[in-house]
Amino acid sequence: MIAKHKYFFHFPKCETDTPIVCRLVRDYDLEVNIFRAKVNAEGEGYLLLELTGEEAQIERAKDFICSFGVSVNTVDKGVIRNTDTCTHCGNCLSHCAPHALHLRDSHTRFVDFDESRCVACGQCVANCPMGACSTVF
Amino acid sequence: MKTYAQINDRIAAGKAVVLTAEEMIDYVETHGAQQAADDIDVVTTATFGPMCSSGCFLNFGQTIPKIRITECWLDGVPAYSGLAAVDAYLGATQLRQHDSANLIFPGDFEFGGGHVIEKLVGGESVEMFALSYGTQEYPRREFKTRLTIQDLNQAIMVNPRNCYQNYNVAINCSDHRIYTYLGQLEPHGRNMTYCSAGQLSPLLNDPLYETIGIGTAVWLAGARGHVHAEGTQHCPTCLRTENGVPAEGAGTLGLTANMKHMSRRYVRGCSFKGYGVSLALGVGIPIPILNPTIAQRCAVRDRDIYAQVTDYSSDYPMKTGRTLGSLNYEQLRSGRVDFLGKSVEVSSLSSYSMALEICELLKQEIRDGRFLLSQPLQALPREQSMKACPERR
Ligand code: SF4
Ligand code: SF4
Repeated sequence: MIAKHKYFFHFPKCETDTPIVCRLVRDYDLEVNIFRAKVNAEGEGYLLLELTGEEAQIERAKDFICSFGVSVNTVDKGVIRNTDTCTHCGNCLSHCAPHALHLRDSHTRFVDFDESRCVACGQCVANCPMGACSTVF
Repeated sequence: MKTYAQINDRIAAGKAVVLTAEEMIDYVETHGAQQAADDIDVVTTATFGPMCSSGCFLNFGQTIPKIRITECWLDGVPAYSGLAAVDAYLGATQLRQHDSANLIFPGDFEFGGGHVIEKLVGGESVEMFALSYGTQEYPRREFKTRLTIQDLNQAIMVNPRNCYQNYNVAINCSDHRIYTYLGQLEPHGRNMTYCSAGQLSPLLNDPLYETIGIGTAVWLAGARGHVHAEGTQHCPTCLRTENGVPAEGAGTLGLTANMKHMSRRYVRGCSFKGYGVSLALGVGIPIPILNPTIAQRCAVRDRDIYAQVTDYSSDYPMKTGRTLGSLNYEQLRSGRVDFLGKSVEVSSLSSYSMALEICELLKQEIRDGRFLLSQPLQALPREQSMKACPERR
């Protein structure tokens, strides 16, 4: 069965040299959609991507990545919207192209965050006056 | 016809019938304005959004030996000290000293006066640093400490301009992105931003200032406060639709309340990339339903309130007065509008859900007899326009 999952990888210092994404495509027949990637000053890497392919292959690919000591977070925490500080003003709405941040309804104008639609573009981080949106890297 | 005294008696007895501005719409539609005026005592209105013309007077208490402060910083944000010895005024849009502002454009403006005010209300400590030239009775020249709001003798919010009656809708018709106090506007009119609670907004429910005046009791961020003056740029002579509702800026209110009684949830420092810092505030204002006319005005709907779409890349900065068209708040609140032949996404800086929450809170306070109304001491001006500043040499 074809599945699509979003993952957030944290690479320890030693593994930023290994071309892991290339292996995912070649060895596990996966489609990789990279949302964001960054190597920090300490040489650690962060990678937020979406994998599409056979469910079993995705599982194997994950095991392969973990074998490098990479930590995997499956709960899409590339971008965080703090529900305590969000005032539901709605300023982020027109800046979030995939509508991950969207109106629950036009009556209350409650702003909901659907993490699965987030592509980690960072526009909400730049546009939230309340500082409610942040990225982990 | 009811009087303020009769309504207050009913509030004190726990018998007042109170509706939110939103509930009033349906009530008047179903029962008519006459019946509504008979049945309903008070309608609660509210708004929550950035209000740049806000700030607070602080009294720090004297140091030993004494100081007559001439310059003062709170968490690095300058507070105006051209007042008596240990008084200061901290403005919401004041930047932190040495903030690089827009030197590298667009600046981030992560922290400023509004954030300090939020921290104080939230009970956090802030660093206070003060300087003086020293006098014989105030010899101290320097003072540094950490303070919370509890350490201050007074922390009184005094806002020269809040609750703009209506506001522009901002769009950007240029070919490059612009950064404004109404957020980031994409080129070629790709998005627009508005900032009003529409049908919940205090002055849109009392468009001709029949009940809201100087002395009116208001709910300011959880504290009981009042209207202390007409707001700066109060401009009642303006474009109005036939229901008397302004279709542009119009009236404003000067508000004050004790910051020690406020809740952080409704006092929020905010940052606008490329523009600066501000303070988002929650304000609730009760409207006494004295007669059917007032009842009818409180039933105003989003679809009957219009705002002018203004190009913030040229017309706004150059003050041309040109607008591109008008949209009503029902259209704006839907999140997407058709404008000049294009489908445009709409953002907002005013939180409707927070305004609704404040309407409900105030409604409960009035029902419980905890919030009495006050009759204005003086009406707000109903005829007055706004002048531009003359440039003379
Ligand atoms: S801009 Fe920020 S505060 Fe406003 S709705 Fe979006 S996340 Fe919430
Ligand atoms: S990071 Fe981009 S896609 Fe994700 S919620 Fe923010 S604006 Fe939307």
